[in-house]
Amino acid sequence: MTTLTQAPETSAARETPARRRRRVDRLPYLLLLPCLVIIGVLLLWPLGQVVAMSFFRLNNVRQLRGDREWPWVGFGNYAEILGDPFFLTVLRNTVLFAVANVALTMILGTLVGLLLNRLGKRMATFVASCVMLAWATPALTGTIVWKWMFDDTSGLVTWLFNALPDGLSNALFGRADWTGYGWFNSPLLFFAILTLVVVWHSFPFIAVSVLAGLKSVPSELHEAARVDGAGPWKVFWKVTFPLLRPVFGILVVLSTIWDFKVFTQQFVLAGGTQDRPTFMLSIYSYAEAFSPPPKYGLGAAIAVVLTLILLLVTGIYVRMVLKQEEES
Amino acid sequence: MRRGAVVKRVALNGAGLLVALFAAFPVYWMIATSLKPNREIFSATPRPVPAEPTLEHYRQILTGNLIPGVTFADFFLNSALVAISTVLLSGLVALLAATAVARFRFKLRTSFLIMLLVVQMIPLEALVIPLFLMIQRLGLYNTLPSLILTYLGFSLPFAVWMLRGFVAAVPKELEEAAAIDGASRLQTFRRILFPLVAPGLVATSIFSFITAWNELIFALTFVNDQDRYTLPVAMTFFFGRDDTAWGPVMAASTLFTLPVIIFFLLVQRRMVSGLVAGAVKG
Repeated sequence: MTTLTQAPETSAARETPARRRRRVDRLPYLLLLPCLVIIGVLLLWPLGQVVAMSFFRLNNVRQLRGDREWPWVGFGNYAEILGDPFFLTVLRNTVLFAVANVALTMILGTLVGLLLNRLGKRMATFVASCVMLAWATPALTGTIVWKWMFDDTSGLVTWLFNALPDGLSNALFGRADWTGYGWFNSPLLFFAILTLVVVWHSFPFIAVSVLAGLKSVPSELHEAARVDGAGPWKVFWKVTFPLLRPVFGILVVLSTIWDFKVFTQQFVLAGGTQDRPTFMLSIYSYAEAFSPPPKYGLGAAIAVVLTLILLLVTGIYVRMVLKQEEES
Repeated sequence: MRRGAVVKRVALNGAGLLVALFAAFPVYWMIATSLKPNREIFSATPRPVPAEPTLEHYRQILTGNLIPGVTFADFFLNSALVAISTVLLSGLVALLAATAVARFRFKLRTSFLIMLLVVQMIPLEALVIPLFLMIQRLGLYNTLPSLILTYLGFSLPFAVWMLRGFVAAVPKELEEAAAIDGASRLQTFRRILFPLVAPGLVATSIFSFITAWNELIFALTFVNDQDRYTLPVAMTFFFGRDDTAWGPVMAASTLFTLPVIIFFLLVQRRMVSGLVAGAVKG
């Protein structure tokens, strides 16, 4: 009689290899089939397709429908983007943004995680609940609220800067009246605000994960280190960090992947795809493909570049997870 | 010594309050703004709390036509239809696959698990062009099913990854006992496994729901007719570009955000364990 459960420990103990081989069970494959088909058709096939598309000149939606020829251009699209100085600007924006955001998210998240671990029970619950709110807020509406706070007439930030003493404001920023100030006009300031929004959205996950890690570390270790006269800085780097190294590794990789492909926050903050100086790879690819005149092939080539970068990071991530599965 | 401890306590709690303020304030400000009359929203000195709270912005977005014949409620329904369809399909398929991985040992099991991890890392933004091609070819352009299909693919890998833990947590002995009592595999699945996995299925479904509910880029690209917009697209389109109507914008944002926050708080614990699975040994 076949049962639904065939764990290796029990079946291996009871059955000889020959018996097991005779009874190849098709059921698990049947159960997996719908999932495999969906992942194959909706994720893997398009992933191949985007590579294929990047080798064609596709500037018309009728080509996509199959009504028109696809002219092969080889590496023409790649040559075009790599030869364009603007691409380098975009690449620089993407990398700098990701590095800055990962660093800030990790630092803030870790500090908050450590803080939550030290707070009293009621206070910790309160702070954690508030932190959860930032995490739960959808990227879209979170960004809209920040945009409202940076509104140039009635926004809270504009009001705060107006409330600074005029002398101080003049000395620091060279202006006292902030009403009508275009917060999003200079690329640097735009990226600073985008960073604020993205870090606000992503530090809660880091904080909660670090807290979960801290809870699993025996507190005697910390106490022993403290008794030995180590300060908080030293305790963190000599005790906490080495113990939680795997957690930090995964968190850094996940954050890197997320921050490389930020789209919604940028799209909303910039009000669409017109703000070229602040482009990063994902929005650049989208704008080339879908802003008129459409250049699907070129957009695909940019998407491939982004994917290759992320693939590299993913490789590191998978290796880490597998290593941990083996160890545990 | 004692005084030092008090100072430390105060400093820690102060830092805690600052973090809480930074994290929760935008959400508070969204709700507060949505309840303020226009003269308070646009006054030179913002009030921290609405002095004369009003529901006029909610009334405006719920009853007013954003385009002729289409109200906020229609976009809300479009979004709900897409998200709920995604949840049902993804839940069903994920449950089957999770059962396969958690209950059977077969040749390609490890490969499948690795693939699940890898596909979760595919930048979905990079797939918008090829999926646009696929949707065009299938004749699904400008329909809500195009979005359901897309989100099904996006939510499935994480759903399987998360559900397999729930299936594995159900004691095998229960199923073995049922099998000995003569229950068929289908009966065992339906009577034993399914009820015990149901809470996990709910948690997983919430993640699929949030994925589908929040998604913007694909909804922006695959649907052209305004009356078929999902809520995120409608919000960027009708509100995001009109910088003066902050009252209605915040009211709409609040209505969009609240279901997500409520759902999210129900399941966030599992998210941490799902994402950093196995990273910490207890």
